[in-house]
Amino acid sequence: MSGEGLTVRGLRVTFDGFTAVDGVDLDIRPGDLRFLIGPNGAGKTTLVDAVTGLVKASGSVRFGGEELLGRPVHRIARLGIGRTFQTATVFEELTVLQNLDIAAGAGRGPLTMLRRRKGVPEEVTRALETTGLTALRDRPAGVLAHGQKQWLEIGMLLVKDVRLLLLDEPVAGMSHDEREATGRLLRRISEDRTVVVIEHDMDFMRSFARSVSVLHAGKVLSEGSVTEVQADARVQEVYLGRASEPEPEPGPAAVPVAEEA
Amino acid sequence: MTTTTSPAGTTATEPPVTEPPAPFLERFRVPGAFLIGAVLLLGIAPLALSDFRLNLLAKYLCYAVVAVGVSLAWGRGGLLVLGQGVFFGLGGYAMAMHLKLADAAVTGQTLPDFMQLYGAGDALPWWWKPFASPAFALAMTVLLPMAVAAVLGFFVFRRRVKGAYFAILSQALAAAFAVWLVGQQATTGGTNGLTDIQGFFGYDLDDPVNQRMVYFVVAAVLLLLMAAARQLFVSRYGELLVAVRDSEERVRFLGYNPANVKLVAYVVAAGMAGLAGALFVPAVGIISPALTGIVPSIGFVIGAAVGGRASLLGAVLGAVAVAWTQSTLSDAYPAAWTYLQGLLFVVAVGFLPGGLASLVTVLRRKRRTTDDPVTGGAA
Repeated sequence: MSGEGLTVRGLRVTFDGFTAVDGVDLDIRPGDLRFLIGPNGAGKTTLVDAVTGLVKASGSVRFGGEELLGRPVHRIARLGIGRTFQTATVFEELTVLQNLDIAAGAGRGPLTMLRRRKGVPEEVTRALETTGLTALRDRPAGVLAHGQKQWLEIGMLLVKDVRLLLLDEPVAGMSHDEREATGRLLRRISEDRTVVVIEHDMDFMRSFARSVSVLHAGKVLSEGSVTEVQADARVQEVYLGRASEPEPEPGPAAVPVAEEA
Repeated sequence: MTTTTSPAGTTATEPPVTEPPAPFLERFRVPGAFLIGAVLLLGIAPLALSDFRLNLLAKYLCYAVVAVGVSLAWGRGGLLVLGQGVFFGLGGYAMAMHLKLADAAVTGQTLPDFMQLYGAGDALPWWWKPFASPAFALAMTVLLPMAVAAVLGFFVFRRRVKGAYFAILSQALAAAFAVWLVGQQATTGGTNGLTDIQGFFGYDLDDPVNQRMVYFVVAAVLLLLMAAARQLFVSRYGELLVAVRDSEERVRFLGYNPANVKLVAYVVAAGMAGLAGALFVPAVGIISPALTGIVPSIGFVIGAAVGGRASLLGAVLGAVAVAWTQSTLSDAYPAAWTYLQGLLFVVAVGFLPGGLASLVTVLRRKRRTTDDPVTGGAA
């Protein structure tokens, strides 16, 4: 089932007459680390919402040969598709270990559910190691630093053996070191999974993206490697307002845009 | 003050983590508390209290049984169950119907006394008939409330009705149920309810010895249900329920259906309320619409709110304490109690969400924050 990756055809999402996503086609191979960028309101988060079943959409979204549109959220999640949100949502009153254990457990039988957890499941141990949270596993998730919460969220996807990760601004609000660590984490987990990242941080995108799709006004404006996309005159126009601007300097986030609602 | 670890491959050198064995005291804290509770309820209370007081305690313990369910559904699951009176009433009526039929059979009648008065005709209504069987009636005290909760919960949770809407809906149900009971005077005893219950499975309830036996049954059921609820609290299901309470949407994205998780807590809480109602009947000798409507329904959650809804022991002690205060105060100042009840609820929910059980923690945290403003908040 891993051979096909994510295929999106003619995806369209409309809210009360406003078209947020307007006929998007995407092909994301397994093992890709795809960045979705675009100005505010480009439809990036809505696209992810549609793929994960949170908003109704028309068109087609297939993953591993299965059509996703029309399925309820928890069914899509069970197909091996996981996502994070702009604001890290972990279960603050539960410990790191409990968070991961719950994430690993969809599909446990009623008898297992009614018993106390004995020991640590193997996939939880692995996720703790991958995300570097082993030492913090008995802390309540509410006291974790911002970056650690994001890693915990990613860990909660890893324990489920998710095949496709959709991450919404995973490095927003992170320190430089945390960004670097997150980037390396994403690179490692994308080796045998498909990872899609919505991001505004251009530096981060340049350092870690394997491929990039630029969204604008609900449509795919440009697609390709980081260099190809940066050289695209239309992308420069959208971001900088002028077509004649040379390739943006690698430096602090070239596009100072606020969080997308 | 938090140690910043990074997901870079620095973890290889760390020793494998194993579950640390719980310290001795920690391991025996819960069984110890349970044992103390059992000795108090089953040993000391029957010796120390007069027949009258012990009977009152049996009544309070019935409310405590409801509170165990409230603690699960509201404390852990975040479902503000403002309509537990319905389930309490269903359990109570199921039990009382059987006992009334048994009482009538003793004197050679086919109809319970109130039906002869209000003229339901000569025949027993069809839905009363199966309750002549003690096994059926006993099963119904639990299954009937659970079935009603399952049907209601299925639609309510699937439609994602939550928060205040859920509370109002369950409250409306309690009101409707009480109104229906009053309207069916010929078959339910109307406003009076089912009263003057003489026997309990062949035992004469006027005999103080048998009243004591009823107390022991209530106390034992309470202890058993507390043990069962405790197991639910510490199980994986209990962790999942807290997760649903705190972030339902997130749980859905992990591949669970939160509606089912909530449904289980709601149905179990309903079953407990039903059992409490069934025990209430022999302990107090009556079940009536006034015990199932809005006011008692709110009363059921106030005890848990005051004691601490998330803490099992807090909810149980709170329920007993509030019921005791109510019967003490409402004798002297009948009007004042209603206001005090409302005040207690608002204060507990608004200012001390963890109830009295959390008072120690709250005060300790406060002292620590004022002592050391730097580390106080984070730990």
